[in-house]
Amino acid sequence: MEFKDYYKIMGVERNATEAQIKQAYRKLARKYHPDVSKEKDAEARFKEVGEAYEVLKSAEKRAAYDQLGQGHRAGEDFRPPPDWDSGFEFSGASAGDSAYSDFFDALFGARARSGRRNAREGFQRGQGEDHHAKVLLDLEASLRGGTRPFTLRVPEIDADGRLVSKERLLNVQIPKGIVAGQHIRLAGQGGRPPGDGTPGDLFIEVDFQPHPLYRIDGRDLYLELPVTPWEAALGATVQTPTPAGTVDLKIPAGSRAGSKLRLKGRGIPASPAGDFYVLLQVALPPANDDRAKAAYAAMAAALPFNPRASYGAHTS
Amino acid sequence: MTSSENHTLSGAIFEESAVLTVKDLSRMCAVDERHIVEFVEEGVLEVITAGTAAVDMAEWHFSGASVRRARRALRLERDFELNLAGVALALSLLEELDQLRRELKARR
Repeated sequence: MEFKDYYKIMGVERNATEAQIKQAYRKLARKYHPDVSKEKDAEARFKEVGEAYEVLKSAEKRAAYDQLGQGHRAGEDFRPPPDWDSGFEFSGASAGDSAYSDFFDALFGARARSGRRNAREGFQRGQGEDHHAKVLLDLEASLRGGTRPFTLRVPEIDADGRLVSKERLLNVQIPKGIVAGQHIRLAGQGGRPPGDGTPGDLFIEVDFQPHPLYRIDGRDLYLELPVTPWEAALGATVQTPTPAGTVDLKIPAGSRAGSKLRLKGRGIPASPAGDFYVLLQVALPPANDDRAKAAYAAMAAALPFNPRASYGAHTS
Repeated sequence: MTSSENHTLSGAIFEESAVLTVKDLSRMCAVDERHIVEFVEEGVLEVITAGTAAVDMAEWHFSGASVRRARRALRLERDFELNLAGVALALSLLEELDQLRRELKARR
């Protein structure tokens, strides 16, 4: 476990006033709150900031922390990778609402956590808790449907009262057209209430493994397609992989690197269906023999072309 | 220890198929039913059944996507200490921003 410098995390002095701390928190929250932020590791950063604020905003916790903190320095920074919770089954609130660091728990105890999470206890007796899990799926499963096996780790209390991790194997029929961030609800597969009552549901949140060809963005798919300079300039029909199989794609004359062609409705078959985008890349043939060099030289002689004209430079 | 279930489980896409009541939403988001009603009144959440004010609250229905929206609203409310009008404004601006980003990406 490492020491966390909450003042450093918040970017405030050790003698900062309550108002300054609040101000710093607001600023950082606007920057890193996962609901408003486009920053890369927003979620991890916001968790850190939230934990720091939780301590520094309370006079008692801050005093306790200050006392403990004398002479300590922040340990090496540790951040869980984005998929750290993949394959785990959580009970209660969704996986995103996960707890504070071990450091925080050691200082203030798990009970000190604020949040609505505990508010659900006592809700609806006789009904089992909903469970949540996150899985990484191959794109094919969404494009075509089909079943996939998942191994979920479920925390359970064994007969001796110890917390153990149990593995649960599930074969799940994947609904065609599901996109990242959506959930498959498996009715009755969640927690069982003590005695008789209705079991809760299991919610499986889907994310995709990176695809070798396509970049996945919501329901849209992107393919980078290399073409030759003459295919781009003169137009051509080239064979292109798409989720529905290889198609003959017409490249319009006068295309450039970065030109975008849209195949409407050829993305993920959600409702409405996503689009399939082809981004053209122009690949240059190597000039590694005399014939190729001569061809380039002939082109240079034939075409008065200066790609840097706007810089005021000259061709030679 | 491993438990194996050989039969195949199937379920629908929750966001698209679920039809939820105020009670369901309140349970899934761990908030008071009154809070859900306030979200509806402020336009944060939309009722999918013919949503005339005359319809009894017990007959309101919401789509599965409402859960994510309600949770997002609750987090904004809590973490920025916003009031309901502020949450509604933030959500609609964020959605507009998402939309504009998508259009920009499709054009570039």
